[in-house]
Amino acid sequence: MFADVLISLLDLTIRLSVPLLLACLAGLYSERSGVFDIGLEGKMLAGAFAGASAAAVTGSAWIGVAAAVLAAVFFALVHGFAAITNRGNQIVSGVAINFVVAGATILFGQAWFKEGGRTPQLTGNARFDPITLPFADALRDVPLVGPIYAELISGHSALVYIAFLMVPLTWWVLFRTRFGLRLRAVGENPAAVDTAGVSVTWLRYRAVIVCGVLTGLAGAYLSLAQSPGFVKDMTAGRGFIALAALIFAKWKPVPAMFACLLFGFLEAFGIRFQGTAFPFIGQVPVQLMQALPYILTVILLAGFIGKAVPPKAGGVAYVKER
Amino acid sequence: MADAAIELVGINKSFGAVRANRDIHLKVEPGTIHGIIGENGAGKSTLMSILYGFYQADSGEIRIGGKPAAIKTPNEAIAHGIGMVHQHFMLVENFTVLENIILGAEGAALLNRGIARARGELHRLEQEYGLEVEPDAVIEELAVGLQQRVEILKALYRGAEILILDEPTGVLTPAEADHLFLILRRLKDEGKTVILITHKLREIMAVTDNVSVMRQGQMVATRKTSETTVEELAELMVGRRVLLHVEKGEAKPGEVKLSVRNLTVKDSRGVTMVKDVSFDVRGGEIVGIAGVAGNGQSELIETIAGIRKAVSGTVMLDGRPVDVTGAADPADLRRRGLAHVPEDRHHMGLILPFEEYENSILGYHNDPEYGNGVFLDLKAVEADARDKIAKYDIRPTDPHLKTANFSGGNQQKIVLAREMEQDPGVLIVGQPTRGVDVGAIEFIHKRLIAMRDAGKAVLLVSVELDEIRSLSDRILVMFDGRIVGERGPDATEGALGLLMAGVEQKEAAE
Repeated sequence: MFADVLISLLDLTIRLSVPLLLACLAGLYSERSGVFDIGLEGKMLAGAFAGASAAAVTGSAWIGVAAAVLAAVFFALVHGFAAITNRGNQIVSGVAINFVVAGATILFGQAWFKEGGRTPQLTGNARFDPITLPFADALRDVPLVGPIYAELISGHSALVYIAFLMVPLTWWVLFRTRFGLRLRAVGENPAAVDTAGVSVTWLRYRAVIVCGVLTGLAGAYLSLAQSPGFVKDMTAGRGFIALAALIFAKWKPVPAMFACLLFGFLEAFGIRFQGTAFPFIGQVPVQLMQALPYILTVILLAGFIGKAVPPKAGGVAYVKER
Repeated sequence: MADAAIELVGINKSFGAVRANRDIHLKVEPGTIHGIIGENGAGKSTLMSILYGFYQADSGEIRIGGKPAAIKTPNEAIAHGIGMVHQHFMLVENFTVLENIILGAEGAALLNRGIARARGELHRLEQEYGLEVEPDAVIEELAVGLQQRVEILKALYRGAEILILDEPTGVLTPAEADHLFLILRRLKDEGKTVILITHKLREIMAVTDNVSVMRQGQMVATRKTSETTVEELAELMVGRRVLLHVEKGEAKPGEVKLSVRNLTVKDSRGVTMVKDVSFDVRGGEIVGIAGVAGNGQSELIETIAGIRKAVSGTVMLDGRPVDVTGAADPADLRRRGLAHVPEDRHHMGLILPFEEYENSILGYHNDPEYGNGVFLDLKAVEADARDKIAKYDIRPTDPHLKTANFSGGNQQKIVLAREMEQDPGVLIVGQPTRGVDVGAIEFIHKRLIAMRDAGKAVLLVSVELDEIRSLSDRILVMFDGRIVGERGPDATEGALGLLMAGVEQKEAAE
């Protein structure tokens, strides 16, 4: 009984962590290059809407993903144009994107589908189905390993596996490739990159584009895999939780995964135990359970992460000194 | 004769209305160390940035090894074998030495082979030039001298045949600077060409083969170093004769104006930086505090100026106590006639994004002559600023120019004008000529002597021993937070040096 509860709780944790993880890694690329991005939320939302819309029209989830990525990359480039090319304030640009997307998705949703800002319910190939890994059914009855493999590891949509594969991939890109070395350098000291003969602008644009791709995937996951379609404001602050996780993880990919799993677990805990009576405490109000992840975020960020040093050139546009 | 390693022909460059470089011609012979000297703002750095592809010249031609070269980006400069060691190091502080060296020259999309090759190459360069540095050390944990070595290695790793060093000794201790000169000579012996930009005459004489002098954007002369003198170069730099020796009369010390007794101060880390220090400064004398930077001088003057709290001790200003362990504050001390020219004008003396006239009243902005306590009388402030600009020869003469756009020497004059024009009884001056060009140094020194002759008490802190010796009537030497000796202005550099190094304290103190 206890094992079943635990497994289902962890399974839910993984599902809920995925959009956080994709958005968090997206932020990691952008911020490691020195471009702060408070607009993860907006880009995710744009991705979710574009993905669900395209899937609803074409009936193909993969076309939905492509649309989601395109939409998010578009807003990433807007942010890049404001922050890199025009040296604008990165926070203001990010906030603006969040507002524009929050309004525009409802507007276009109503105009196109006339369902109050929603997209039509997605079914069949327009959604991502769980993938059953080989031998999952055969191993189900093996004690311990069976349920973990069959329930926890198997049976997720393709985007879940992509998200978790992105973690080692990001680590590898960051610390083992030329692009990663330059990316980390440009977030710390863009002048060093410039004098080494590498374009600061192009490097940062590439980082921002990667950020757009990943937020697009995060949005697609929300509206094509987790829910059958788009509803307004469906990101519900996940972009900001992802930013919190990024700080919590000190801008490193593997800690980012654990941070997102932790936040996902808190959310899962809140959902799984809604209305359950606890020993000694009794029944906890639903609202408190829902607030739990946010409360713990504040506590964790305030007290437990120690010194988180952001990339030194973060938030500052690069200008050649005179 | 072989083709010049570098030849610049008719280089012009303007920034807006400022003509930073005017019709520059320069020839650098291969295998030599070529010095380029000039005051701050003479256009040396601009010229080198053009050579390194950081800026483009408006007109003119660069020839490398006799062939015209179009250098539009640092990459093209690197391809032409030009390497640059910037004044502010272009290093990523949380990267290792190896990572910094391969940045931009990784060789392939994956790092592993690039790093392996760099490790081998670094070993070879170390052997060849005596440039030892631990390849896996993180930059921020290295001393400044070693960081500079990494910059040099970076250039050599990229195959630089021509190495440009922009004010390389500004951040180095004298010993580190001497070591750098050894390295430069070794580079020369290996056939490299070195261009050394500096405003320090001593370095030019010590290490260069040829020297070119820049003044106000123009190249005014090129000499063989062996055939010129410090005096000639100084004159060429400023365009007239410079008093390298400060002329001054006898001091006429009067009443004790500033009296410090048993002062002990801790810094923000809790380390005791000033230990039981006592001294007096009389009106009409300049008391100089000599010492290697970091021996408590900064904390001492900040405490007297009311910026830092003392742990114990007393300070008397004009015979009345100052609450240095408690409520002393700089504004109050200013009203009592204590003016302070802080050591670091960028962090404490000026707000760089402000316009000049705003900085010219900083700290005195509540004075009745500048306003009624709520509103500033901007006309009065501006008139006052113009007055100071004229008196102190601050250039450009625009009170509405952003302070950051003034040269170091002129910024320092803005601070000095502000503090001196309040006619204080006691003036505390920290590093008055740090990063200041020769012409301004002379001006500032004359002003300080004039303050002394007007009967003011002047406390001078400087790491430039020459400055201390030529200005001070009495010299106190600080070492490890204590005053370890007092000397007259005729003390030799050697004797002071021993005291400053903290060796043979007993013998040196007689």
